[in-house]
Amino acid sequence: MNAVNQAGWRPEMGQANAATRATSSGDRALMLEEALIFELGQPGTCGVDFGETDLPPLDSLAPFLRRDPLDLPGLSEPEAVRHYTRLSRQNYAIDLGPFPLGSCTMKHNPRLNEKVARMAGFADLHPLQPVSTVQGALGAINQLAHWLIELTGMHGVAMSPKAGAHGELCGLLCIKAALEARGEARTTILVPESAHGTNPATAAFAGFAVESIPATCEGRVDLAALTAKLGPHVAGVMITNPNTCGLFERDMKAISDAVHAAGGYVYCDGANFNAVVGKVRPGDLGIDAMHINLHKTFSTPHGGGGPGSGPVVLSAALSPFGPLPFTVREADGSVRLVEEEQAAHEHPQGFGRMAAFHGQMGMFTRALAYILSHGADGLQQVAEDAVLNANYVLCSLDDVLDAPFGASGPCMHEALFSDTGLAEGFSTLDIAKGLIDEGFHPMTVYFPLVVHGAMLVEPTETESKAGLDRFIASLRSLAERARAGDEALKSAPHFAPRRRLDETMAARKPVLVWQG
Amino acid sequence: MRYLPLTPADRSAMLGVIGAGSVDDLFADVPAAARLSGPIAGLPRHASEMAVERHMAALAGKNVSAGSVPFFLGAGAYRHHIPASVDHLIQRGEFLTAYTPYQPEIAQGTLQVLFEFQTQVARLLGTEVANASMYDGSTACWEAVAMAARITRRKRAVLSGGLHPHYVATVQTMARFTGDEIDSRLPQLAAAPDDDALIAAIDAETSCVVVQYPDVLGRIPDLAKIAAVAQAQGALLIAVVTEPVALGLIEAPGKLGADIVVGEGQAIGVGLQFGGPYLGLFGCRDKFVRQMPGRLCGQTVDAAGKRGFVLTLSTREQHIRREKATSNICTNAGLCALAFSIQMTLLGGEGLGRMARISHARARQTAERLAQVPGVRVLNSAYVNEFTVLLPTDAREAVRRMADGGVLGGVSLGRLYPGAGDLSNGLLVAASECTTLEDIEALGVALEGVLA
Repeated sequence: MNAVNQAGWRPEMGQANAATRATSSGDRALMLEEALIFELGQPGTCGVDFGETDLPPLDSLAPFLRRDPLDLPGLSEPEAVRHYTRLSRQNYAIDLGPFPLGSCTMKHNPRLNEKVARMAGFADLHPLQPVSTVQGALGAINQLAHWLIELTGMHGVAMSPKAGAHGELCGLLCIKAALEARGEARTTILVPESAHGTNPATAAFAGFAVESIPATCEGRVDLAALTAKLGPHVAGVMITNPNTCGLFERDMKAISDAVHAAGGYVYCDGANFNAVVGKVRPGDLGIDAMHINLHKTFSTPHGGGGPGSGPVVLSAALSPFGPLPFTVREADGSVRLVEEEQAAHEHPQGFGRMAAFHGQMGMFTRALAYILSHGADGLQQVAEDAVLNANYVLCSLDDVLDAPFGASGPCMHEALFSDTGLAEGFSTLDIAKGLIDEGFHPMTVYFPLVVHGAMLVEPTETESKAGLDRFIASLRSLAERARAGDEALKSAPHFAPRRRLDETMAARKPVLVWQG
Repeated sequence: MRYLPLTPADRSAMLGVIGAGSVDDLFADVPAAARLSGPIAGLPRHASEMAVERHMAALAGKNVSAGSVPFFLGAGAYRHHIPASVDHLIQRGEFLTAYTPYQPEIAQGTLQVLFEFQTQVARLLGTEVANASMYDGSTACWEAVAMAARITRRKRAVLSGGLHPHYVATVQTMARFTGDEIDSRLPQLAAAPDDDALIAAIDAETSCVVVQYPDVLGRIPDLAKIAAVAQAQGALLIAVVTEPVALGLIEAPGKLGADIVVGEGQAIGVGLQFGGPYLGLFGCRDKFVRQMPGRLCGQTVDAAGKRGFVLTLSTREQHIRREKATSNICTNAGLCALAFSIQMTLLGGEGLGRMARISHARARQTAERLAQVPGVRVLNSAYVNEFTVLLPTDAREAVRRMADGGVLGGVSLGRLYPGAGDLSNGLLVAASECTTLEDIEALGVALEGVLA
């Protein structure tokens, strides 16, 4: 199983440090450095041709005009294309190889979805056009909403949240509004200690106190400890399922029942929904609200850090409190937009608006194309292959890396290891940086916090077995080197565009804009 | 299924390594009662690329795209020319399919772009620093109000009547749950914004004054005057820019005394996209940087002494600070920031100025044509590329009827302010370098037609 591929081909890179001689340009063949635009461009240069105008500004504008021209250099089109193409080559990306960041779900981004999102009938629409001129766009939003409701077994969906964390806020605002409607001022949200950092941050931002719930020794929420904390002050819980240890919360229904019995609501962090899409519906587990990261489960591109999109599915109990706007499909097939004007009589308990306009349309069209491509059967296969790939990684490496919850049952979409067993002075970071030299993006490191030196590997369903075998072979060799105390690992990466960067210096004296 | 590489033989070999009899065994922890036995009923099965494209094209075909008709909508989203190279470059897989740059050694491309973006945004807004972007302008505005409350330890925000009503609603949503007091007002249909009334609302409890520049009616408030009063009371001035192209012509808010400047970057490189994803811009004074929300990219060196870039000051952020973070924001608008930055690089300061001057000229020509329509009056004394006209009738109906005739003639104030009867005859009209003289004439004729 360590074969790199069926033919056994392995690249031969020659001696690692054979080419240390300096070049006069500072570049080295295809390894190209790139200056900042402020060092390349000149004021007055413009890479876009416009007509000129003879019409002077309005006289009344005179007091407001700029005193000095905007001091930004410009580049001609060939210079600009070269600048960004050269920079792009200093990035790792899912298009180059596995990107096994646990909890982040880096899967292949189908290019059909890019094509669809750029159709003029979607990309070149203004959000405030009369609804008669955007029926297809509203129809697409409504169709995606329908799928999300069906796939989750929930009652309604708020489409406008802009990302997962924004969706969390939407869910908690629904809970707060529902409590207000009941005349109750519950103050506390319970959050497992393995939760994503956004969960406690969201709860605090929404004005709740945060109490932590411990995990059992098998890596799941401690139901007894959770139940003991319930009471009239608890507004709800935020549970990630599958959780950040890569395990399904077996007791989810019992947790929901206990929270409901105590008068609270259940928020589910749906960041890991890709593991169970088509296999189980959160609505059947008693969930009241769950955000779905379209950029994870439904593969809209991450783009180097967004944009995301975080629709929130809602139970019947919370749906009346969801945000504006939303779409309604009429019997004649037309689609209406419910905004502030209609809210007073159609959605009187809604908590309001989370952002301008109607949500991340460019992500909706991509996600809809992804969903239609897979269909109900393909989405189920997505979950099965994602879970199969993760268990394959777990079982292929648990002899050289400690799997703290290896005995807790199969993992879901991600495999969790700890730094136990590495030689004195060797850390998870060294293995991660070693993976960079091997040509892979590292896994998520030091998260979840409940495991020492955590390494969270999420291969996703879009990796082939041969690709996984290559990754496993590399991670195995690194684990062995870290166990044996190979000092060279401590200064990895050696072959990346940069060596380890001084993050302390960056934070101590921040340089956030160009100083030249 | 074309996106799934595992073959049946792979799956069975892998199950063998795992020691599981079937893939169902891997889902043993999902309670049997909740486990679905087959694909969810009522949803279609997988479809070919051809079939999906056909379906999506049919939906797209039911819409009237902005570029296909005379088009004059603004109100927080603007249609400007986007050079072809922008969209080509953001589709480079190394940008499109990268994650947040948590491993800086192999993410210098994204990180250098963010550093360049922060510098471009700071100079455009006239602030000392800027972050690596927020979701959009409206959520950036909400975050700025929350940040001002942290800095001043006060909880009363004063919002100008010229602030986009969706931004007002977004701030009110936040405040409903954080307990901040929001003092907001409707815009008055006057030639210039009532800065004095706004100033009169500032008191010693005020955390911030939020002023849109140019305002939602296209008018230009006197930021320097408002800043002086706000700061004398210990409050911060937050300037909100929904049309950044305007800053190619008029002074940057940071230079006029704004403490925090937020904006919607959509107009530069991002496109209309029916409202999202857009691009939140966020700049402020250097001394407030540790209270800022969102990601920041900073310059440093690597172990070999080479210049490089990293995400920094993350002790403000949720993944480190959890419930004590400055914001819960995690994902930002990276790819939109890249598009904005590429277009700013192509334009330079000179090109943005030219784009603003032409947009302004087109707006002037549009205003002059509309002023010839019987019963129509231009409200603004000053504007850049968006202004308000008053019709002799309800503007919502006029907009709908113009749309039926193939002209997207503007945004009615009735759509933005339902229930505010005083405003219902107002129509917002925006122009840009994309607007042609033929478009302007078509708008004039269409408006004459619906008012006849």
